[in-house]
Amino acid sequence: MKLHGIKIPHLKNTADSAPQRIPIPKIITIPASMHIGKPAEILVKRGDTVKVGQLIGKADGFISSNIHSSVSGTVQKIDTMVTSNGVKISCAVIESDGKQELDEKIKPPFINDFDGFINAVKDSGVVGLGGAGFPSFAKLKIDDLARIETVVINAAECEPYITSDTRTMLDKNEYIYKGISAIKKYMNVRDFVIGIEKNKPSAIEKMKELALKDEHIRVHALPSMYPQGGEKVLVYNTLKKIIPQGGLPIDVGVIVINITTLAFIGEYLETGIPLVEKCVTIDGSAVKEPKNVIAPIGTPISDLIESAGGLKCEPAKVLYGGPMMGIAVPSMNEPVLKNTNAVIFMDKKEAAVPKTTACINCGACIAHCPFRLEPRSISLAYKAGNVGDLEKLCVDLCMECGCCSYVCPANRPLVQTNKLAKLKLREYLSYKKEMN
Amino acid sequence: MEHLNVSVSPHFFSKRTTQNIMLDVIIALMPALIASVIIFGWRSLLITVVCIACCVISEYVFRKICQKDNTISDLSAVITGMLLAFNLPVTIPVWQAIIGSITAIIVVKQLFGGIGQNFANPAITARIIMLVAFSGSMTSWTFSENSVDALSGATPLAAAAKGFSSGVDYMMLFLGDHGGCLGETCALAIILGGIYLLIRKVITWHIPVAFISTVAVMSFLCGKDPLYQILSGGLLLAAFFMATDYSTSPSTPWGKIIFGIGCGLITILIRVWGSLPEGVSYSILLMNILTPYISRLTRQKPLGALGGAKS
Repeated sequence: MKLHGIKIPHLKNTADSAPQRIPIPKIITIPASMHIGKPAEILVKRGDTVKVGQLIGKADGFISSNIHSSVSGTVQKIDTMVTSNGVKISCAVIESDGKQELDEKIKPPFINDFDGFINAVKDSGVVGLGGAGFPSFAKLKIDDLARIETVVINAAECEPYITSDTRTMLDKNEYIYKGISAIKKYMNVRDFVIGIEKNKPSAIEKMKELALKDEHIRVHALPSMYPQGGEKVLVYNTLKKIIPQGGLPIDVGVIVINITTLAFIGEYLETGIPLVEKCVTIDGSAVKEPKNVIAPIGTPISDLIESAGGLKCEPAKVLYGGPMMGIAVPSMNEPVLKNTNAVIFMDKKEAAVPKTTACINCGACIAHCPFRLEPRSISLAYKAGNVGDLEKLCVDLCMECGCCSYVCPANRPLVQTNKLAKLKLREYLSYKKEMN
Repeated sequence: MEHLNVSVSPHFFSKRTTQNIMLDVIIALMPALIASVIIFGWRSLLITVVCIACCVISEYVFRKICQKDNTISDLSAVITGMLLAFNLPVTIPVWQAIIGSITAIIVVKQLFGGIGQNFANPAITARIIMLVAFSGSMTSWTFSENSVDALSGATPLAAAAKGFSSGVDYMMLFLGDHGGCLGETCALAIILGGIYLLIRKVITWHIPVAFISTVAVMSFLCGKDPLYQILSGGLLLAAFFMATDYSTSPSTPWGKIIFGIGCGLITILIRVWGSLPEGVSYSILLMNILTPYISRLTRQKPLGALGGAKS
């Protein structure tokens, strides 16, 4: 069985642009939550001096993550901000002194067993850097290590524009290998598959060199078809395994980890410097010179533009991430987050949302859904308030990749309706549970 | 300075729109239109233009009266007009063509909610209504005076049904040089249009292939000449252009195959045992009615679904 998908423009304009550090911004804003789960508990207060890599927020609860200062300087204030998904959280606003002094406490972690490894990953503050932002230690903390058969390394990078994972593969080869070795050593895994879309031949070449070094590493070239980077799509296309509805990759003996996340873990084990900076692709029709840059986490988006030669025109839409699943930000003051892999500045023409017309039942949404869902039927069931049908149509499987909305000739908001339908179904299911 | 658009993802859209899909269908119908002018003369162009104009105007007026968004720019009314005209004999009185077009758009399409909402194919249903209402002029197959040959008489299918030879060979069938509705006779032109639709991915192979091959197999089993059955009557036009109508055919691959097979079976049943020489229109209309059920029954199982998606 072949999974469906869509052919979209690749626009990997920045694949050859080796990332360069941007000048240290004067003010940075570090939100207490740049991950899925509970926000971190902020440890610093106004007037405190901080150094690069200093812990300024502690993970609160199991699914949470540490946050660290990315500059040296003074805490200006502890403020509140509204994240792009509408949640109010606290954040630390830090004024940089420009010296970038490293915290003295930083040293490579000392690890001798699995628990030590998990603690190190937790201390590093790393979260899923492919965009999901799920705390990595929570993902790796598997009770029964024997369940893990394969680690699938997600290097598909299927979204247009983004090339930060490509750069990881080209520039951070040895750290990827370190990360793999650590998982091998502490988690006792013997099979690693790196899934890369075919549109990145040089990255595939580099990873094949790695595979020559180690018989447990395989490289799997994926078709250039969006969305290869979707977890379930990736696991199916590399291993032919189907993750059951409501299940996780571990249910079929798999762990999926993003390549940049893995490389960061490798780097952290060597240097002990927590996640304080990020390679970000700056691209989009409003950008003069698309580039990859390394920016301290918390850098306002507006500070990135100068490094990319400035803007051609006033942007009409600015995205965290790629154009298929990225989040449009309300303001240019929004900070670079841990899981920001690209910032896309779109001009008016590129940002234009086409007008919605009547559904003509062409079936394109059904023919392109990687999971074989029926977005059209889901829309009708949602409109009619028919939750029973939503359950039968398995809308909870939808990964919100956006293929349906992309192909729809009537430009109907299909994936958008799926998102609403998922919420409605969840409400209904929890209500049903309560009643029983 | 900041007026950023914060719409929800995706932020990219394909260039394909309803309008350019419909434009592709119109382009695909052009060879058949040109062929009809060559075969039947300029009157076929007149009928086509009248039907298109009436369809577009009635859609415009109806939407205006109902105070709804106007949809004539999506070009679907143009296609309805063309297909209806292609299903009429060239000698049809203009006023009858006008009534047919208005019926197609208002009764069959707009009263059900307009594009995408109608359960039956407007052109086919209007043709059937006209066949009942104006049976005389709808079944007179005289060629007009300025056509290439002053042939007249029954269509090849009608002749075959009555048991005598129509004097039409395969080549004449293929090129369309015989009696029939104005757009359905030239197999070559229709196949060219069909290939264009397939290349442009407006339609998939499922319905035409299932429809045509069912007719071939069934006519062979019934002792008829399969090639003759395929090339004559409105089969090719219907299989490529009318059975594949989005709103009135299933959208799953298996649904399309079942739909095509159903159309083929009913066509042959009517051609062989029915009292009518041609059954393509009825077969499609009957299958249109079954479409919602076929769609439900052929729902694909989503990847990793625990229950089934079928209902």
